[in-house]
Amino acid sequence: MNNGLLQVEDLRLHYRTTIGVVQAVDGVSFALDQQQALAVLGESGCGKSSLARAILRLLPRNVETYDGYVRVHGLDVMAFGEERFRREVRWNKISIVMQAAMNALNPVLRVADQVIEPLLVHQGLPREAALARACDVFQMVGVPVDFMRRYAFELSGGMRQRVVLAMALVLNPPLVLLDEPTSALDVLTQANIMNVLKRIKRETGTSFMLITHDIATSSELADRVAVMYAGHLVEISDATRFFDEPLHPYSQKLMASVPRLRQERRLEYIPGRPLSLIDVPRGCRFAPRCPKRFAKCEQDPPMIHTEDGRQVRCWLYE
Amino acid sequence: MSAVLAGLRQLRHYPSALIGMTIVLSLLLLALLTVLTIPYSEAIRMWRGGEGVWDENPELARPTWFQLFSARKLPQTIIVDTRQGGKEIANQPDGTRIVNASLRFEFPYDELPSEVGLWLSTTHKETQPFVMLRWLKPNGQEIAFEERTPQGKDRYFLSRDERLRERLKARSIEEALFYEGTGSNARLLRGTYELAVEGILFEPDADLDARLVVYGKVHGIAGTDAQRRDLGVALLWGTPIALTFGLLAAVGTTVFSLTISAVGTWFGGRLDAIIQRITEVNAMLPGLTLLVMIGMFYSRSLWVMLLAIILLSMFSLGIKTYRAIFLSLKEAPYIEAARAYGAGSLRIVFRYMIPRVIPMLIPAFVTAIPGFVFLEASLSILGLGDPDIPTWGKLLSDAYANEALFKGHYYWVLEPAVLLMLTGMSFAMSGFALDRMFNPRLRTA
Repeated sequence: MNNGLLQVEDLRLHYRTTIGVVQAVDGVSFALDQQQALAVLGESGCGKSSLARAILRLLPRNVETYDGYVRVHGLDVMAFGEERFRREVRWNKISIVMQAAMNALNPVLRVADQVIEPLLVHQGLPREAALARACDVFQMVGVPVDFMRRYAFELSGGMRQRVVLAMALVLNPPLVLLDEPTSALDVLTQANIMNVLKRIKRETGTSFMLITHDIATSSELADRVAVMYAGHLVEISDATRFFDEPLHPYSQKLMASVPRLRQERRLEYIPGRPLSLIDVPRGCRFAPRCPKRFAKCEQDPPMIHTEDGRQVRCWLYE
Repeated sequence: MSAVLAGLRQLRHYPSALIGMTIVLSLLLLALLTVLTIPYSEAIRMWRGGEGVWDENPELARPTWFQLFSARKLPQTIIVDTRQGGKEIANQPDGTRIVNASLRFEFPYDELPSEVGLWLSTTHKETQPFVMLRWLKPNGQEIAFEERTPQGKDRYFLSRDERLRERLKARSIEEALFYEGTGSNARLLRGTYELAVEGILFEPDADLDARLVVYGKVHGIAGTDAQRRDLGVALLWGTPIALTFGLLAAVGTTVFSLTISAVGTWFGGRLDAIIQRITEVNAMLPGLTLLVMIGMFYSRSLWVMLLAIILLSMFSLGIKTYRAIFLSLKEAPYIEAARAYGAGSLRIVFRYMIPRVIPMLIPAFVTAIPGFVFLEASLSILGLGDPDIPTWGKLLSDAYANEALFKGHYYWVLEPAVLLMLTGMSFAMSGFALDRMFNPRLRTA
């Protein structure tokens, strides 16, 4: 798997708070190939966004533990110093569309100036050349070129989202992290953005890591799916088989909670609260809420590779 | 551009801002015109050039427009010179030559001139010429002055000739020269006066010229001070200096404290702590006292003072206010987004954090300008003004030193004071309106 784009091994990111250590990302391992879209699914507060931050090393001040391996094109970027990481990894290799994408634009810059910022920072292009490149990217994401001279507050939510996406694509990075890129948009705009993403993936061969709680939307783009629960990845699977038949009890519950149109069906929910990441019990982290728990769940299950190449962290598949 | 126009259109709703801005613009225009028409070196020559420059100005004259408030016609300065013509030279058989000149002038005013002075200039090698002077009043009366033997350039201040006054038995020379009659019947004579100059030259190439100055009681747009200097020069040149000083101090202070505060907040940790402690210590230091010490022991140069003021107010409590804004700004999503795409710290500070607070800063900045103008005036009044540069504060300081108010020379104090007040008021009015425009919570309409 050394020719893969991104390998994450045993990545841990713990935060220090006044009431204890939050194990937001706790021993996460996965790999991502080129031109692949991985959807990371999970409830709010399960550590999805922290995973993105851990990969891009965008750490808040209260970090308790941050270790593991992140390899990009086989290079161990965790060993890079802060300055080298900023220059070589951020945006050149991995860019991100932030969760609060609507607010991720500098309110005092015109959007074109905002979008060319990475070009100026990383490539030192003259402004005109950078603007020409920005023009291409704007067309790619479907922002009318005459919007380039506007300020962020003069754009609609969908347009702002596209601008943020344009900014993420402007350096043509092999991997784009999308942290809830469509969560604040209406369904039509969501569909629109997903179509743009699909087209970009097809045309430029960019890989995406789509972090979302919106299973329906993610199914549009994802080739592979990773389910996250309480700082762990509990299932990694290819998209087709996952959406047909999720393995992990948590994944099954998650899928059952997706509403379908015009279908008499009681929406399911998962009893109990999502696990507090502060006071983690021994054993399987989902066990307290799991309908299928049995004695062995007292011990922490390892990542189990099934015969058909899927991974699941549950004793049921031993 | 359209944003600027929209802003200007918004200004219409604030009449005080319109008035304030108009005054600010007029002051700027005045400053610009002054700098363009009176070069700095010329202004300094006119202000510090020595007696030769302002000899012919009246002493403590009121401004000319004072005439508007007076029913009596106030005398202006009259200068007549033999070089303008009216000089005759006749050769005598004994080899001497006789110069005859009459300096004639109209005197239509209702008040006595303040002084009368005469300059005689001769060119001779050894033997000084002999000069006889006669004063002819319009009524035909004649006063003979003492004969003089001028040496080179001779300055004869008639008004200070005590012996002449005693001989004429008058209260003052001016009364003797311009009054008809004596005692309670005396009245001012209007009409053509004449000073007849008769000189005997003993050398063939010698020459003699005379220049009579009848000093008035009004002068120029601003009057003169006790040293006969035209206050107008200082008032006019005080404008660009005051504005430049205020602007530079305000710019320096805000830019530096903003940058220091932004850098401190962004990098945090020990740097931030050091900046905060410096600010707190500096807030306890008496700034004016420090400035007085610098003025007494080091230098009174305006620019040294400017630097000292910027250094002292750079770490003012404003840093705390900015820090509060920056602390919340630092966590804003778009700053994190900037970090994500690899923007360096300086780029984030200067392109993302500082531009964000500038709109909030502009009103405070505009209102800060007159504060520094007043500070400079205060220093001048305390006697720590730049000795070389004419400033408004320097005028006030001179007026104070010469007891202007006590002696009734109100114009000397009022002129710079009014300009200072106008400056303060106009910037304050503009600043308050800008505050309402930029701060939505204060917006009324």
